[in-house]
Amino acid sequence: MEKDTHFILGVYDDEDVLLHAVEEVRGSGVRIHEVYSPYPVHGLEHVLGYKRTRLPIAAFLFGMLGTTLALTMQFYMMRFDWPMIIGGKDYAAFPDFIPVSFELTVLLASFGMVSVFMISSNLKPWAQPRIFDVRSTDDKHIMAIDIANNSALEVEKIKEILKSSGATEVNKKSFE
Amino acid sequence: MAHHGEQHYNLEQRFDFTAATKKSIMTVLVIGAILLGIGIVLAMTGGGHHEEAGEAGGHAFHWYERLYANLWINNVFFTGIAIVGVFFFAIQFAAQAGWSTPLLRVMLSFGNWLPIAGILMIATFFLANHDLFHWTHAYLFDKNDPQYDSIIDGKGSFFYWPMEKGTFPIFYVARMVIFFGFWVFFFNKFKQISAQEDQLGGTSHWFKMRSWAAYFLVFFAVSSSISAWDWVMSIDTHWFSTLFGWYVFASWFVSGLSAITLLTIFLKGKGYLEMINQNHIHDLGKFVFGFSIFWTYLWFSQFLLIYYANIPEETVYFVERLTSDVYGPFIFVNIGLNFFLPFLVLMTRDAKRHGIFLKVVCSILLVGHWIDFFLMIQPGTLGHNGGIGFMEVGMFLVYGSLVTLVVLGGLAKKNLIAKNHPMLEESYHHHI
Repeated sequence: MEKDTHFILGVYDDEDVLLHAVEEVRGSGVRIHEVYSPYPVHGLEHVLGYKRTRLPIAAFLFGMLGTTLALTMQFYMMRFDWPMIIGGKDYAAFPDFIPVSFELTVLLASFGMVSVFMISSNLKPWAQPRIFDVRSTDDKHIMAIDIANNSALEVEKIKEILKSSGATEVNKKSFE
Repeated sequence: MAHHGEQHYNLEQRFDFTAATKKSIMTVLVIGAILLGIGIVLAMTGGGHHEEAGEAGGHAFHWYERLYANLWINNVFFTGIAIVGVFFFAIQFAAQAGWSTPLLRVMLSFGNWLPIAGILMIATFFLANHDLFHWTHAYLFDKNDPQYDSIIDGKGSFFYWPMEKGTFPIFYVARMVIFFGFWVFFFNKFKQISAQEDQLGGTSHWFKMRSWAAYFLVFFAVSSSISAWDWVMSIDTHWFSTLFGWYVFASWFVSGLSAITLLTIFLKGKGYLEMINQNHIHDLGKFVFGFSIFWTYLWFSQFLLIYYANIPEETVYFVERLTSDVYGPFIFVNIGLNFFLPFLVLMTRDAKRHGIFLKVVCSILLVGHWIDFFLMIQPGTLGHNGGIGFMEVGMFLVYGSLVTLVVLGGLAKKNLIAKNHPMLEESYHHHI
């Protein structure tokens, strides 16, 4: 079966039930594709076993890039491109470069971090979001399970596990 | 996660200041005293640079001047740590913070040093007088004297008002007495309200404490700045910097936060403060990290503007330090220890959540900010006769161990946790 096309959806209407259900479902060997909820559920990312974001590393690298760019730019401008004596200082007066370097570090770190976040979360403006169940924007929590990703288990078995974990409905959903 | 329901912590815990702990602190004290003794003997026999000083037209250098300068550095530095403990305590109430509730008495315990710090400060001022503060010389204000100084004369009233300039610096001494008096008063007030809360419970003490915290913060905002001018900036009497008060405060704040973090980790290691977990430690780490950068911001703001404007009466402060063989290297040590080290080491989340990183960084920061005060005080008082030797290390250890003895002694007198604080439950669930 093709990946990322056929899903089993568990519908939950209580966040406490959902949190326990996630633990239970994962405990019985089912791999969860994603959980959609109308509002942030505290501790959900923890029970889903998400790894911590590596976004700070991107921020650090972009920050370093900003510092390097700023220092190179100022040094090139002030020392080679258009040397000027300002306030009786040397052409390349290092302390004068700090404020600009700081600003470019912050600018590139934040822009870089936002861009990386957008790209890694597939938040491009032309992205078509897949709606598993419209009620996940209202009052239901939807647990999506990729059938192809759980080939070791029978579909009926997965449905049973979802039901016994407290799902009020269990549906199937396929995408083109 | 998933720990719902009641927690049962021992809220009646009391820090047991064991003989073993006292003994190890006393050992440091004795080592410090020995080093200090060696330093004094070396200074007495070495004698400094009499001839050079004579040629330069200055007064001859005496070994005890270095002792006074050391007393003053440590007075200012450890007063800062003590008052920042009280300040950080008051901030928790003004900000209505819940996460820090089990740490409130740890912060407040640093205030125990304040009464002693006040006595030492005033005593050292009268003992050292001319040897530390150039402006105490009467001839500076006498128009007929060849050494008359019109700049210092213009600033004279700030020290001598309402008396005649060059007599007794009543305004200066009064400020010192008033600042310490009020700081000790507020410290006792906080202790008293906290003790009443233990007895009676309810939320009324929290509201009362918040009002007193607000009064204290207003007073501290003014007094911390003025004490920085009085105790530190007035050493370089001709020179001035408008952000000096904030700069000294930032140095105090980082030192105080480091001390609070170290004491918390120490107590946690001894099995106290069970409700303190990685999340609380993380928040303390963030404070240390953030305010280290704040200190750097102020240090650099002061330096850059003076460097860029290049006005001789301002640059003299940095020229005196950067061109000196004695102090020049320490400028870079200062920036390295107090900015680059905490910035790079404490940047990651893991470093702030694990005690070992914080232990190392906070210990180094305490030394680093001591060096910051060393750089503020010694060049203006000792000039090229200063430096970091046996006397400096010894005096730092003596003061440090005395402060630790007094602070831990105060901490052991009351329960560690404010058990009836209305936000105690909130702090159990602190999660970031």
